[in-house]
Parts: sequence; structure tokens; C-alpha cells
Amino acid sequence: MRRTLIEGLLNGPLTEAAPGPDDPELAALAQEVERAAAATLGRSLSIRHVDAGSCNGCELEIHALGNAFYDLERFGLRFVASPRHADVLLVTGPVTRNMREALERTYAATPAPKWVVACGACAKDGGAFAGSYAIVGGIGEVVPVDLHVPGCPPRPATLLKALLALLDGRGR
Amino acid sequence: MTTAKPTQDETWGEAIRRLAAGEARLVALWADGTEARMALSAARPEVELFRYAAVDGAFPSVGAAHAPAIRLERAIADLSGLKAKGAPDARPWLDHGRWPLRHPLGSNAPAGGGEPERYAFLGAEGVGLHQIPVGPVHAGIIEPGHFRFHASGETIVRLEERLGYVHKGVERLMAGADLARGAELAGRVSGDSTVAYQIAFARAIEAATRMVAPPRAAWLRALMAEIERVANHLGDIGAICNDASFALMHAHTGVLRELTLRAADAAFGHRLMMDRVAPGGVLVDLDRDRRAALRELTTTIRDRFPRLVELYDNTASLQDRTVGAGRLDPGLAQRFGCGGVIGRASGRDFDARRDHPYSPYDELRFETPVWKEGDVNARVWVRIREVEESLRLIGQILDRLPVGPIRSEREPAGRAGEGWALVEGFRGDVFVHVRLDDDGRIARCHLRDPSWFQWPLLEAAIEGNIVADFPLCNKSFNCSYSGCDL
Repeated sequence: MRRTLIEGLLNGPLTEAAPGPDDPELAALAQEVERAAAATLGRSLSIRHVDAGSCNGCELEIHALGNAFYDLERFGLRFVASPRHADVLLVTGPVTRNMREALERTYAATPAPKWVVACGACAKDGGAFAGSYAIVGGIGEVVPVDLHVPGCPPRPATLLKALLALLDGRGR
Repeated sequence: MTTAKPTQDETWGEAIRRLAAGEARLVALWADGTEARMALSAARPEVELFRYAAVDGAFPSVGAAHAPAIRLERAIADLSGLKAKGAPDARPWLDHGRWPLRHPLGSNAPAGGGEPERYAFLGAEGVGLHQIPVGPVHAGIIEPGHFRFHASGETIVRLEERLGYVHKGVERLMAGADLARGAELAGRVSGDSTVAYQIAFARAIEAATRMVAPPRAAWLRALMAEIERVANHLGDIGAICNDASFALMHAHTGVLRELTLRAADAAFGHRLMMDRVAPGGVLVDLDRDRRAALRELTTTIRDRFPRLVELYDNTASLQDRTVGAGRLDPGLAQRFGCGGVIGRASGRDFDARRDHPYSPYDELRFETPVWKEGDVNARVWVRIREVEESLRLIGQILDRLPVGPIRSEREPAGRAGEGWALVEGFRGDVFVHVRLDDDGRIARCHLRDPSWFQWPLLEAAIEGNIVADFPLCNKSFNCSYSGCDL
């Protein structure tokens, strides 16, 4: 173990520079959120992930945000275990009928001010599962969505960009 | 003198008898219209198919004599409305009473409306027992499902799973779909196994249409499947250690996993390699430069992984958590035909790549690691050895990748047919059965995730462990929610 630890100290970090917001939708949202977020929360956001019916592809890429390359926590962004601790709900999947109530209750348990980020193609409009008897549709059908991150699944860099835009409206 | 053709009751009954006697393994059980279908495997590499035309909307229960079929029969009742006569458990499984209709693969009758019925969890009685309900929304970044624990102090007396929360109606969406749409859906049954599912779907279609994927396509499929296995196993090894509070391993395997996904992205244009496999072949080729990038990846992992294995092996505090925890009895693993890492960590020597061989695995050299202990530690070791074996396979494929086209030049004829395939994903064997209609469109496609025969065993393995060890044991199983909920 000693060798692994020493090498970790001596070799430079793998973490990559933060991506800037290049999407006008993100920039606009960031400005909107800035006033509320900066005043209330400072430069930190707690995120609660909710899988409302995903195929688990999005979850893999959300997990990747925690690895050494993206290192989400350096920005003051962290995943929390309870909606009661969260500022942001990061919701994946089409909303299945079997998950609708759980999503509504999670949203209700999150204290204001709060934002909802819909993650992935299914979260927008049901994606590949649109039209099924078993789904309600996109996340916006059930809770108000502030930002949608496109992709099937979104790349970690895209996710990071979106979360940073939420956090910091100063548009680096 | 001719012998009379056996009746369907006789053949179906004989299949049940063989399953109950342990002479055959249940591969799948589903309904197609008003017919119950069963696939079982005895003399490998064959898979035997049975059908039973429902009488008064019912077929003789398999679950009554062979427990692994119980949840499959509950799913059939919810989706098709066919009842398993004599079934030991009549509770709904996928239908939580929230759909606008009932029996989406059958009558499509409108649902009654009103409040969903309360689910009757199984009980446990004793002095001082208490219940702990968990989920469907969990504390981590994982899929939703409900776990009902009965605990005596710290010790788990009974765990019951309730799943179905992410049921998306995949099999109904499959009905009437063309092949491209079918492949899209198959790749989204369980996102972490997207390659395995798309290969299984493509091979089932190829079996039904007698279309043949060219050799280069088969080899590229295997290449993607092995990259998928390496990426998932690396993630799981780290995540298991992380659940035992050993974050260092998680950080290092996380780096290797990320490098693997980036190499997959560079080689095939998608980090998870979604939508790269189609009936008749694959959709992307691999040029010389990208081949070199994959070689570099295998060199990097071969270089760094052994030290992580050593770290795992030499950290007593970590082993203290994993050795002996969540022990799955080999007899149960055998009886349930439990595939993948979980089965192989409990002595079940089965690997679809070897036992139901498909190209190119019949030409490649690889070992199937088997452990007997059945605990969390054994499941970590099987994953470690499988990473090493998959790296060997990737090396062989890169060395010997045949030249030629990557898609069949012949379009499928557009006529009726049936086919099945069994593919070894990182989690175990994925079974797909398709029936095409007269226009060559999908009439019925059944996709059976390996976790159908793994989830019930988690309930058994956790008994007698402490509640605090559940995340660790659950992660070492890493069953798919979406794959079973469909």
C-alpha cells in the first residue's frame, strides 16, 4: 500500500481543467440561477440523484463524475444521501408510472430553493421509451425542470458543464 | 405400431420434472400470446424449447416444483394475463397497480383505477423483531427498488425484495418494431450491459432470418463485449471495496475504468459502445490507429492492475469485511442456474462463451475462474481473474482480427421465423428469443436478464448477516434492476 500511496503523492493529479459553458441555454440558466444560488447557498451545491426509470446508463456516467479525472467535489458539488440535504435533484430516466409517486415525494422533501436537472435523452421526453403504457414521459411531466442535459447517456464532461453552470453564473 | 405423440401436458410436465430433479437448468420462461414458453438446458450446448397452449387462460406452474420460476410466472401473469396453475405465489410482480391498463401483452383491458393495492410483504415472527423498509429511492447513485428487512437487533432474519419500479414496457414496445428499433430497445434494457444485449438480440435475429454476420463483425462484437466486461468489473471491484470503506481502491480502479471507457470512445465512438452492434454485423469498423489505442489500454491495465490486486490481498482490514460475508450456498446457485460472477463464485462452473459457444470464442483461449467459498471475497476474486482473462481475450482478438466486411450484404428476407441466443455479459448469460411476423417485423421479443436468477439468491445470502453489511453484499451481487423490470 505504501508504494501506491507514495506514487499517488509524487505523480501529478489526473484531474482535468474545468470545461467552460459554451451552450447559450446553459449560460442563460446560469445567470438566472446566480442571484438565488449565490445569495442563499454561496459557492456550493448538494446534489441528490433520483433514478425515475433509467436503463442505468446515465448512472454509470454520473458515477464517473466522482473519479480522479472529473473530481466533482473540487467545485463544492457533492452527492448527498437524502433529498432533505439537497439543493439540486439530478433526475434520470423516463418517469415510469411505478416511480412517479416516489419522484414526487422526493421533490416535496427537498427544501427550497431547489433546482431540477433532467439527465439524458429519456428525461426530456421519454426517449426510446416514449409512448409506452408504463411511462409518464419526461421528468418535466412530473416536476418542474430547470435544466436538461442531453445525451444517451450524457458524457461526464457535459454533465459537469451543466452542473457548473448551475453553480456559477459568472461564465468563465 | 406407432407411439402416440405426447400431449402438451406430458412434455410440459416432463420438463418440470427434469428441472425439479436437477437434470436441467431453467433458461427462460415467458408467454407469447396465449402460449407459455419455456427454455431449458441440459446437454450443452443445446437449449430445448417447450410450449404450452393455455387452457382456460392457465398453464401448469413450473414454480410450484422449481422455485427459480416463481418470479417469472408472476411477471407473466402481470404482462400477459396467463395464470400459472398451482403457483405458490399469486402476488403481482411488475404491475404495481399504476398502469392505465392490465396485461399489456395480452388483453390490454383498462385498469380498474383507484388506489393501488397494498403489497403484502412476507412476514417474520419472533420476539423483538423489527422491520426496516428501504427504497425505492436509495441513498447512493443506484437504481430504485424496495428492500424489506426483518431484523433481530443487527442481524437480518429475512430480506424481501420488491422490484418493478423501473418497468418501462420494453417487450410491448418491441411488438411490431422493425429490426433497427428492436436493436435500439435491446441496447437500453440494462445500460451497463448494452453490448451484451445488442449482441444477443442481433444473434437471435440472425438465427431467425438465417442471416450470417461476417467473421470480422463477430470478432469486433467480442472485442466490445470484453471491453464492456473489463470496464464493469473494474468499477465493481472498486465499488465493493468502497462499500467496505476502502476508498483508495475505488479511486484507482475508477481511473482504470475511465481509461477503458475513453479507449472505447476513441475506438468505437461511444463510451459505453451503445448502438454499435446490429443484426447482420456491427456498425463501426476499427482502423489501425484505433487498434493501437486499445493495445495501449491493455498494456496500461496489465501494468497497474497487479499492484491493486496485491493491495486487496494484503489489506487485512478490508478482507475482514469481505471474507465470510454474504455467503451464497453452492447448492442454491446450482439449483437457480445462477450465472455470471455470482454463480462462479459459488462453484457453478458455467460460462455461455464456453458452454454455448458462439463465434469467435470457439477459436479463442480463455479460462473460466471458479471459486467455491461463495462470499463477497470470492466474488471479488472471480472479477479480478475475469479482468485478467478479458485482457488476454482482447489481446488475442487484436492480434488475429480477420479482414473483410463488417455487415452481412444480404438483407433479411422479411418473413416469419424464430430464433434465440445466449450471450455471456459481464453479469451473466443474457437470453433473447424473437419471433418475427410474415413481414419480418418483431412479433414478440423476450429478453431475460441474468439477474432473474440472482436477485432471489441475494435474499438467501444475506440471511444472518448484519444490516450494515447489506450494501457490501448487494454491491458484490450487483444485480440489474432495469434488466429485470424491463
